[in-house]
Amino acid sequence: METVYYLIQNTLPVAIPLLLVALGGMFSERSGIVNIALEGIMLFGAFFGCLFVYIVQDTALNAQVILLLAMVVAAVAGLVYSLLLSFAAVNMKADQTITGTSLNLLIPAAILLISKMYFMSDGITTKKSFYLREIPGLSKIPVLGDLFFKNTYITVYIGIVIFIISTIVFYKTRIGLRLRACGEHPHAADSVGINVHLMRYIGVSISGVLGGIGGFFYSVGVMDGNVNGHTGVAGFGFLALAVMIFGQWEPVRILLASTFFAFMRTIAYSVALIPFLNTLNISNTYYKMLPYAVTTIVLAFTSKHSRAPKAEGIPYDKSQR
Amino acid sequence: MHNNTTYSPKAFDIKKITSTKSFSAFTAALLAIFLGIVFGFIVMFAASPANAASGFLMLLSGGFRRLGDVFYFATPILMTGLAVGFAFKMGLFNIGASGQYTMGMYFALYVGFMWDMPDSIHWVACVIAGMIGGMLWGFIPGIFKALLNVNEVITSIMFNYIGMYLVDMLIQGNGTMYVATKTRTAYLPASAQIPSLGIKNSNVNVSIYIAIVLAIILQIVLRKTIFGYELQATGYNRHASTYAGMNGKKNIIVTMMIAGAAAGLGGAFAILAPSTIAGSSMTYEPINIIAANGFNGIAVALLGNSSPIGIIFSAIFISHIQRGGTLASLYGYKPEIIDIVIAVIIYFSAFSMLMNAALARFIKKRRKHESDNPDANRESTSDAEVNTVSGPDSEVSTPDSDVITPDSEATTPDSDVSTPVSDASGDSVQNDTKEGE
Repeated sequence: METVYYLIQNTLPVAIPLLLVALGGMFSERSGIVNIALEGIMLFGAFFGCLFVYIVQDTALNAQVILLLAMVVAAVAGLVYSLLLSFAAVNMKADQTITGTSLNLLIPAAILLISKMYFMSDGITTKKSFYLREIPGLSKIPVLGDLFFKNTYITVYIGIVIFIISTIVFYKTRIGLRLRACGEHPHAADSVGINVHLMRYIGVSISGVLGGIGGFFYSVGVMDGNVNGHTGVAGFGFLALAVMIFGQWEPVRILLASTFFAFMRTIAYSVALIPFLNTLNISNTYYKMLPYAVTTIVLAFTSKHSRAPKAEGIPYDKSQR
Repeated sequence: MHNNTTYSPKAFDIKKITSTKSFSAFTAALLAIFLGIVFGFIVMFAASPANAASGFLMLLSGGFRRLGDVFYFATPILMTGLAVGFAFKMGLFNIGASGQYTMGMYFALYVGFMWDMPDSIHWVACVIAGMIGGMLWGFIPGIFKALLNVNEVITSIMFNYIGMYLVDMLIQGNGTMYVATKTRTAYLPASAQIPSLGIKNSNVNVSIYIAIVLAIILQIVLRKTIFGYELQATGYNRHASTYAGMNGKKNIIVTMMIAGAAAGLGGAFAILAPSTIAGSSMTYEPINIIAANGFNGIAVALLGNSSPIGIIFSAIFISHIQRGGTLASLYGYKPEIIDIVIAVIIYFSAFSMLMNAALARFIKKRRKHESDNPDANRESTSDAEVNTVSGPDSEVSTPDSDVITPDSEATTPDSDVSTPVSDASGDSVQNDTKEGE
């Protein structure tokens, strides 16, 4: 049982960044813009979040308050950065894959440059610990307390709240409906008076906000509050894309997919602690490959009837109606 | 192309050249490069105004001092650029060039260490092994895409990681290849290294020639063969090409295999390069990091507009400013500035064709106002540029056009054939038929 608790406690901080970024990707793609730049957006958010933490870490502020404020900073940073994608993809009708790739290339280099110039290192190292040993009161609940309220980060709860809000926005509000329409058939949407360009800006901006927050949460939950230009977010932006496709562009499925992926990854990194797997004596590397291999196999079985947004990746042009 | 049918054929006609798509792609790339470099100067100026001018000059011209190195470093990214660009022609985004590159490197290393062969053919066998390794790693996403409809972006990302972990594990588990105390591979035997071109202090070797020849072959495949025609047609419109009876599934698999082979060759060329220090060689460190050259290949392919010939030049250009960036560190600048410049160039190249067309239209209008004599050939300079946009699947038509060409329009295999376009009305900007570039 201790092992199960351990695995779940370690899965959640990894699952949340994946979940948020994949949700961001979903908002963007369902509005019709392929967002390959998620990796760059995450790193941009993570950088500014950590920069904020670095600046205020010597003040008397509570660690969790700092985390919340840094989250806002990361969200704004992600939003600003995503505007570069929206501008190119919506106004300039540029190829979205190319733009996204260039935005991914830009950020690691910029972080390395700035960090080398001002911090004499490859990234920002903060000394604030955001780790929560237990949540007072809630951790006393049998089983659930051990699973969800011990040895964790506040990011887990924020992430779940954001997940619920995004799902509601996506399915139950006017904006969500219009956004989805723009990803399926922008001309039809336009014909009933929906501003396709605005909707696509909104979709990409939401993905920027979620991507920035997700990137900062990755820094907190996986990198222990640091950011580094070399390792970046270790391909989590791309993994989030995989999770999004795995989740068929739907919030609940994305939640399941990201948890699944994070669980596999946690197993891979804690083989030594699981008595059953440890006795099998298989090379650790096989476990590290496992999340990627399993995702590929699952996709092979689920992609036959892929439900990608129909107008995804196609710049909207009024005159083509 | 969009020339007036009344044109009399001349041996050299500047208007004919400037109205081709390749030309507009070229000027668009130049525009993007210009903007990127200006941005780089701004960054340098902001970082340290005093040295900006000399540092910037070094960035631009430094490569000329190390021509050997420029070509040496251009070789792998030329190959990964081909891997990305060739697949891009078919509308496939091969982001897995890194994994294919790593696999190619491993296969080349394996043959280099484990097979005992005569000196003269050993390196050739290693190179071929590398090609097969990359081909295998391109084949898998191809199969998944063709038969199971799995998004190739995702499979190839997954196989980047799987390939990287697999290669690191295989190398670490092999006593002959791996030197555990130095956490890197042992030195390759000299027979497995690619013959050097003998330029002093440079690792440049025969592989740059092989790479350029391969690029030209790929260009011929694209332009002059049925397969290349089908491939581009599928890139423009998958459904239309299936409807026309092309075997899309087979083509996807073959394309991905060729792309993978190119990236695998890149890996082999990189690891088999001769060392300037006698008795040593290139080594690989299994430290669980995805090969950066795969991602550089994306930049190379995009800047080269996915055309194999364009990719030759863009690889050399990117390698050139990378060398310049390394030398700019003499003035205290960090080499990362180059990565920023490249990223900015790619960003602008995504819509520079549009800017280019707007610019051309603007100039044309000015000219028209000056002469006020709209004669017959006023359409020839810039109209062809209006509808071109980089990337196989995006299509832009100008807002004021009233003739819309659907992208199911048949592609012609040879852009020398001029297609007469029905003149819509005197004022409208005409749409061009899609053509193979």
